[in-house]
Formats: sequence, C-alpha cells, structure tokens
Amino acid sequence: MKKFEYKEKKDTRSGFGAGLFELGKKNENIVALCADLTGSLKMNMFADEFPDRFYQCGIAEANMMGVAAGLTIGGKIPFAGTFANFATGRVYDQIRQSIAYSEKNVKICASHAGLTLGEDGATHQIMEDIGLMKMLPGMVVINPCDYNQTKAATIAIAEYEGPVYLRFGRPKVPNFTPEDQKFEIGKAIILNEGTDVTIVATGHLVWKSIEAATKLEEKGISVELINIHTIKPLDEETILSSVSKTNAIVTAEEHLLNGGLGDSVAQLLGRKMPTPIELVAVNDEFGESGKPDELLTKYGIDTINIVSAVENVLKRK
Amino acid sequence: MTNIQNLKQIASQVRRDIVRMVHAQNSGHPGGSLGCTDFFTALYFEILNHNPKKFTMDGKDQDLFFLSNGHISPVWYSILARTGYFKPNELSTFRTLDSRLQGHPTPMEGLPGVRMASGSLGQGLSVACGAALTKKLNGDNKIVYSLHGDGELQEGQIWEAAMFAAQHKIDNLISTIDYNGQQIDGPVDNIISLGNLKAKWESFGWEVLEMDGNIIEEVLETLNKAKSLIGKGRPIVILMKTEMGMGVDFMMGTHKWHGVAPNDEQLEIALDQLEETLGDY
Repeated sequence: MKKFEYKEKKDTRSGFGAGLFELGKKNENIVALCADLTGSLKMNMFADEFPDRFYQCGIAEANMMGVAAGLTIGGKIPFAGTFANFATGRVYDQIRQSIAYSEKNVKICASHAGLTLGEDGATHQIMEDIGLMKMLPGMVVINPCDYNQTKAATIAIAEYEGPVYLRFGRPKVPNFTPEDQKFEIGKAIILNEGTDVTIVATGHLVWKSIEAATKLEEKGISVELINIHTIKPLDEETILSSVSKTNAIVTAEEHLLNGGLGDSVAQLLGRKMPTPIELVAVNDEFGESGKPDELLTKYGIDTINIVSAVENVLKRK
Repeated sequence: MTNIQNLKQIASQVRRDIVRMVHAQNSGHPGGSLGCTDFFTALYFEILNHNPKKFTMDGKDQDLFFLSNGHISPVWYSILARTGYFKPNELSTFRTLDSRLQGHPTPMEGLPGVRMASGSLGQGLSVACGAALTKKLNGDNKIVYSLHGDGELQEGQIWEAAMFAAQHKIDNLISTIDYNGQQIDGPVDNIISLGNLKAKWESFGWEVLEMDGNIIEEVLETLNKAKSLIGKGRPIVILMKTEMGMGVDFMMGTHKWHGVAPNDEQLEIALDQLEETLGDY
C-alpha cells in the first residue's frame, strides 16, 4: 500500500474559493452568483476582487439558477454557489428546464454536502444530490476529495462547455493530492494498485478508503483503490479493467445508497461484468446533528465500515 | 415602417396559423396565443432590433426576447416563421414527432429564435435578468424583452426575480405581463388574486406602464415609451390587458379555450372570422 501524506487538513470549499478566484483573474468571462452564503462558500475573494462580476442573489436560489442560465447567453460562464441542499433539491425544476434542458453552460457549485455538514442537522445534510443531478440528461457530476483536487476541478470545469454539478463540503480533511494536479473530467485516478479487491470512493470517503486500505493491507489483503471524482460520466473503462483483475468491488460515498456512486457502479457491472459488490453508503434515512466523524460512524460510512464491506465481499468471490 | 394596416393583416395571418396548428394536432393552447398576437406582431415586426436570417444563441448586438409562458408557443412559432427565422411550412410539424416545434419551446432541437426552454412557469424573468446583465457586462446596449402570463405571477420565483432586477438596477429589460385575467381553472381573481398588480410592481421598484394589448397602435406607442425609459436605473414592466381568444368570437371572454383545440367545424368558423391572409402555410 502506497503511503499518502499530507501537510495539513483543509476544507474542500476553500479549494473551490481559491479555484474560483484564480479563474476570475485569468478569464473575464467568469461570473459568480451566491445566495447569501458568500463566506460559507469562500467566494469572498472573488466578490471583493471582481465586484462587477459577482451577483448577490439573496435567499432566492430558484432565481439564482435562472439568472445563471441567462448570463450564459452572450458568453459568460456563471458559477452559482450555495449549500448542496439548496443547489439541487430546492431548485430541481429550475435546473432541469432552464439549465439542463436548455443546454446552458452553468456551473452549479454545491457546498456542505452530506453528513459532514455536522451540527446543522438533516435539513441541510443532503445525501440525495448526486442522484438528483446525475439523472438529468447531459449533467456532469463531480465530487472531489480534498482541497487541492477541488481547486483543480473548479478550474477545469470552466474549460468544459456544458452544465456541471460540483459537489464539495464543509469540514477540514487531509489535503493529500498534488497541488499542481491537472484535473481531467471523467478520468478516475488509481491511487493504489492491488489484486484482491477494488475500492472505488468519492469525495470525503476517499481518505477514509485510504485508511481502510492501509488496515486491510495489515491483514494481508491487497486493495486496488480508485478515486472516482467524476460520477458522471463514469470512467467505466478504469473500473471494468480493475474489476477484471480483482473480481470484487466496494464503493464508498457520503450519499444515500439510492442514486449514488455505488448505484452507478452496480448498474455498470450488472450490464457488463457481474461481480460481487458491497456498497458503503447511507441506507434510506435522514441524518441528524452531530460532529462529522460521529455522524460517519453512526450512519455506517466510516473507515471500519469500508473494512467490513471488503471482508464481506471477499467471502462472495 | 410597416403601416398599421399591414400589421393588422399580419396579425390576422398569425391567428389563422394558430388555429390551424392547434386544430391539426388537436392539441395546443389557442386562447392565450390569440390574445397575444397583436403584441407579438408589433414587437417582432416593428420594435425588435434583430436579424432573423442570422440567428445566434448569444444574440450579441441584437435585442433578445424570452417567452416565459411557453404554452403560447403557437403564436411565437408563427411569428418566428412569418419574420423569417424559418419557413412557414414548418408550422405544420407543430407537436409532431421529430419536430423542432415542440409543444413548449426549447433550444434543444435547434429551432432558430429560441434561446431558452419554457413551459414550467415562472422561470423566464430570472433568465431575462441574467441575459440583460450579460449585455451590460459586454457593453452591448441592446434590449432584453420578456413575456409572462398573469397566472404565472402566482409562482414565487417571479417575485424573487422582480426584487433581484430592482436591486441590480437591470434597466435594459422590458417585461410584459399578459393580463388577460384567466387561467386554466378559471378567472385569476377566483383562483389566487393578483390584487393591485400595478402597486405590486411599483413597490418592487419597477417602472410600470399599462396598455391594451389588442390595439396595435397602442402596443407600438407603449413599447416605444418603454424604450425611452431604458437606462434610467429601473426595470420596466408593461401590464398588457388582452382578451383571451381575441379574433375568434366563440373563444373570447372565457378561460375554456386555454388549452383546447377547435374541431373541424369550429376551425372553419374561426377562419371565416380571420379573413385577411398573406397565404396559409
């Protein structure tokens, strides 16, 4: 198992803020919108430096999505930011009609996704957002794993023409991916090569999967670990190629079972390469208030659950 | 300038197109389409700075129009065809398989003149605001127009956009409300009343004009007045009184023809009442 080291823990939302600021400096077509959460999304740097290209929308997310769609007409590239719950479920029809069906080049930037939002509780802890967004025809869905990768993803999606859902989070997590990485939409990253089992993880669960793979190696299990930062389009080739070698797979994500990464992977394997699979995700329930790590443990998506899932799937090989 | 008589002749042809399109598929929305025909005729033939032969999605250095109440697609499609965005004979494909003329408008099928999908109500004002802001950023001094139903104003997003437009001083936007007082289930006042609509828009920080949308001379005069208010720091809305079904007597004065097609006999009666023609498609 490769060693993964990090200098500090940083929040992915700050990676977004830094990426957006960098984009603003080099491309005057970048515009940003926020619905009264500028500080929480770390959009202040952009807002302060480029006030003419920043639109405060107030607590009115439906309007924000429509304005973002309109801004694309004439060549602007809008980044519309708010909490993941308000960036998806609350405005689903606005995204569906004005952005996805209208083929508008809007970047929907969603922070505080999943359980690790923490103390605010279930009203804000959306775990359905990946499913909601991946169902929309033409929508790209990205969930990077740390600060550096979120920054790189933010910069990369500006180059892509079309609607994108970029999901990130609130807590500080190990920042272990390279600072100078080039982010390729739809290209999975093999973090560790192995032979007994494949683990595919997305977002905050990538680091948890590194911890799990390290524990599994101590037990003599060789893990191929893949960071799936892009859930749609899914890197089918990398997953199939890995599974053809390991013949067992575990998926890990901070999302519901229904609609998440695991659901996409299971569908892929069912169609092309039936393989024993275990899904580490939240099972059809809402979250609650608590500390991020307490919540991951209580809802069964922590390091230990990934280890157990691997042990279970190996029994089915 | 096209003279008023010509505009009235065009409007009569557009109304013929509307009833024939809806009749052909026994599907579509004639009532609001007929009510807004005079507005569309005046806007597209006299007011808009646009180039139907060179449609671009970005519409740089052209006026833009957004239809928020997408169900009145028949009148818009007819107007787009009659101004030259595409050939009028394509109107015969309305609501049929593989057509660019979907039941509700969409840019997905590549129909020239359409920049945004609409049908799910309440979204077009936000989009128009965004497009108007981009014009400002691009130093493009052309105007953004939008049209909305009055029933559509029951959607909360409209009022989110209304506040946003005033806050951001979107003064290159002229929105029009088709104030026909009817919606699917009955008179708007019996469903969810809009109350004092003029006072509502004024209190939201908009410049408010009013007109009779079925008198072409008045539509032209009011749109020109609205244009004179561009660039003065406030968004502009026109409350446009119309009669649903205007031009076909049995469709007027009722909400019942909102989304119902005429049968063969009713079509003949309607066409008899719309004598002036440029040539049916």
